[in-house]
Amino acid sequence: MTATANNVRGRRFRFNWVDGFLWFIRIAAVIAIVVGVTGSIQNFMAGEGPTLVAWRDLIISSISTGFLYGLIALGYSMVYGILGFINFAHGEVFMSGTMIGFVAATIMFENGFWSAYPWAALSIVLLTAMATSISIAVLAERIAYRRLRGAPRLIPLITSIGVSFFLQYAFAGLFGVAPASFPEAPGNLGRTVNILGLPLRGVQVVVIGVAIATMISLWYYVTRTKAGRAIRAVAEDKEIAGLMGINVDRTIVTTFAVGGAMAGVAALMWALLYRSVAFYIGFLPGIKAFTAAVLGGIGNLPGAMLGGVTLGLFEGVGPLLVLGGLGIPAVSQLRDAVAFAALILVLVFRPTGLLGERLGSENRA
Amino acid sequence: MKNRKSMRFIAALGVLAIVVAACGGGGTDFVEGPLGSVTVEAGDPIEIRSLNVISGPNAFLGQPNEVTVPFAVEDFGPIHGHEVNLGTTVDDSCNADGGQAGAQTLVADEQLVGIIGTACSGAAAAAMPLVSNAGLTMISPANTSPSMTSDLEGNVGDNYYEGYFRTAHNDLFQGQAAANFVFNNLSLTKVALIHDGDPYTNGLTTAFENAFVELGGEITIHTATAPGATDLVPLLTEVAATAPELIFMPIFPDPAIALIQQIRTVAGLEETVVMGADGISVENFMNEPNSEGMYFSGPDTQFGTNTNQETGVTGTQLLERYVAEVGSAPSADFWGHAYDATTILLAAIKAVAVVDGDVLHIDRLALREEVAATSGFNGVIGSITCDDFGDCGAAKISIFQHIDIADHVASKANILYTYPEE
Repeated sequence: MTATANNVRGRRFRFNWVDGFLWFIRIAAVIAIVVGVTGSIQNFMAGEGPTLVAWRDLIISSISTGFLYGLIALGYSMVYGILGFINFAHGEVFMSGTMIGFVAATIMFENGFWSAYPWAALSIVLLTAMATSISIAVLAERIAYRRLRGAPRLIPLITSIGVSFFLQYAFAGLFGVAPASFPEAPGNLGRTVNILGLPLRGVQVVVIGVAIATMISLWYYVTRTKAGRAIRAVAEDKEIAGLMGINVDRTIVTTFAVGGAMAGVAALMWALLYRSVAFYIGFLPGIKAFTAAVLGGIGNLPGAMLGGVTLGLFEGVGPLLVLGGLGIPAVSQLRDAVAFAALILVLVFRPTGLLGERLGSENRA
Repeated sequence: MKNRKSMRFIAALGVLAIVVAACGGGGTDFVEGPLGSVTVEAGDPIEIRSLNVISGPNAFLGQPNEVTVPFAVEDFGPIHGHEVNLGTTVDDSCNADGGQAGAQTLVADEQLVGIIGTACSGAAAAAMPLVSNAGLTMISPANTSPSMTSDLEGNVGDNYYEGYFRTAHNDLFQGQAAANFVFNNLSLTKVALIHDGDPYTNGLTTAFENAFVELGGEITIHTATAPGATDLVPLLTEVAATAPELIFMPIFPDPAIALIQQIRTVAGLEETVVMGADGISVENFMNEPNSEGMYFSGPDTQFGTNTNQETGVTGTQLLERYVAEVGSAPSADFWGHAYDATTILLAAIKAVAVVDGDVLHIDRLALREEVAATSGFNGVIGSITCDDFGDCGAAKISIFQHIDIADHVASKANILYTYPEE
């Protein structure tokens, strides 16, 4: 209440510098984007810069990256929704899926199963990756987080950073530090297929299709099943949910497991799309997915997916479209800067994120 | 700590003993230079260390040093009756933070005489201010960034510090070699350059750009990726828009593996020629099917009968011993350079050490000057002569085409060009 009163008084009597600065940023961002995009369109009309085909491919590839960010972001969002803390080890949950999935894929690739029965092989790798990610997520909850449930929120947060380092270097010790190549996608997946007149790489079709299917089943699970209702109830208020006969511990484990499963799906998709696996690959996608979760409105599941796709497009297309249009050379190296600048901009324009809603209860503010 | 204190005490006693002995007129007159000296007591070993990358994604670059530096110490044998102790390798992680931390550990050891290292220019640039300030001598077998020494035209590099030497080539030389090959032999005139922000990769792309533009070629784009990057389609789309005939990417396996897999999926780059350098002419990258057909530049390692003058070991013998010890071919190119760097350091220590009964005095400035004066030293890598800025490499660059992912030895022997041209 006091904050609002101050604000009102500030507006009535004097110019508020913070608001003024935020408006300056908003206006500057809009001008930069308009000028940059106009410049890019002019370049395109003049026959400079990427061709139409290149733009189309770039957009498709950015969207598929975005869907992967979205899949990983679901894990951040679900855990945040229920426990109110950011599980920074979630990037490593994803990485563990790619590493163990890589082992399974390599074994099948070497004995010929991979190319002989592509769909069976992919299913096995998918199950392996999911099982690994689920186990790691559940174990982390059981060993590292459960005991800290009543502790101040900084404590599990810092613990999760510790879990993240532990997992990274455990995998570095097990599999070595050099990056390895995931086997090329088998069968038709490696080829280009035409869908609605668009030539798409088989892998991209699978990534986008699987991400959407996963999202729909997750939505069904959370809103229509008993376990899903329990998750929502615990997210709303742990104590009262407990009083109503919901097993809170089990529900929280379920949440971690579902988040891990999403990360496991993302792990196989990532490995098929980018094909380079190593112990450190969880870090950057983890941070990006966290960004996507915040961008979409943390705690909101469709928001996580929307945030992922938005972030993928921003960082993939943004540098070339906006900065390239402003005449800055070699802009793709600014990709991460653009991704995080996009986060700041969205939060300046819309502090709750794209699909942000009111936060469940006071203790989450 | 306690140990160091007692060592200091012993050293002080030693100095006192020397003074007494000198006054008595029986010992050698040793006068310490401005950088100080190391006194090796009777029965004590001479301490040298390796500063090298032994962990992280670039550990394969440091593996050759780990193998051939101990070989050289063993082959060289004791110096004036004192064993040489290599101790435990200090890890520099191939980055600036690691280089600085490693150097701090090293300079704290007052008995240390010299350092062999590092593998990565990025680590050396951060380590050298400390190493130089402590009066130490460091010889790198594998740093190639021009910033560590000079531009080869008499202008000192940004990261040059006194006491630094290297047996690896200067990348200005490699940039010239690669540019000549692309322009004259492949007859291509439009090149895109990709580095990854590291001084080695950035130094090499810049050297290539200067040499290539001088020859009359055009650089369509000079851009960068970063370690850990996976989705490189946006970068490659921007590169494709400039329509290069060749992409020169002298980077490390991460992210080169992701890059080579994605190049062919981007419209406009389906047929573009790709060329890398010694950072990726390594096993895990060359196993990648898309790397077949690529060109690689790097130090020429066909050493054959070149013989190290201090130990009598030839290039072929050294390689055979390496394979026998490790069970596989060297994971990076600078195994011969590491062997020679170590023998140069040990020979210089031997030359400047003042024998005083069973005690040795090694003056730090005299050691630096002795290494700097290296001229016509016959090493495994060829004849080694140091210039005024620490460049000692027997520079010879070769370029090969990767013809068979199943047989890297055959690919590396498929040399299409060597520089300087004979």
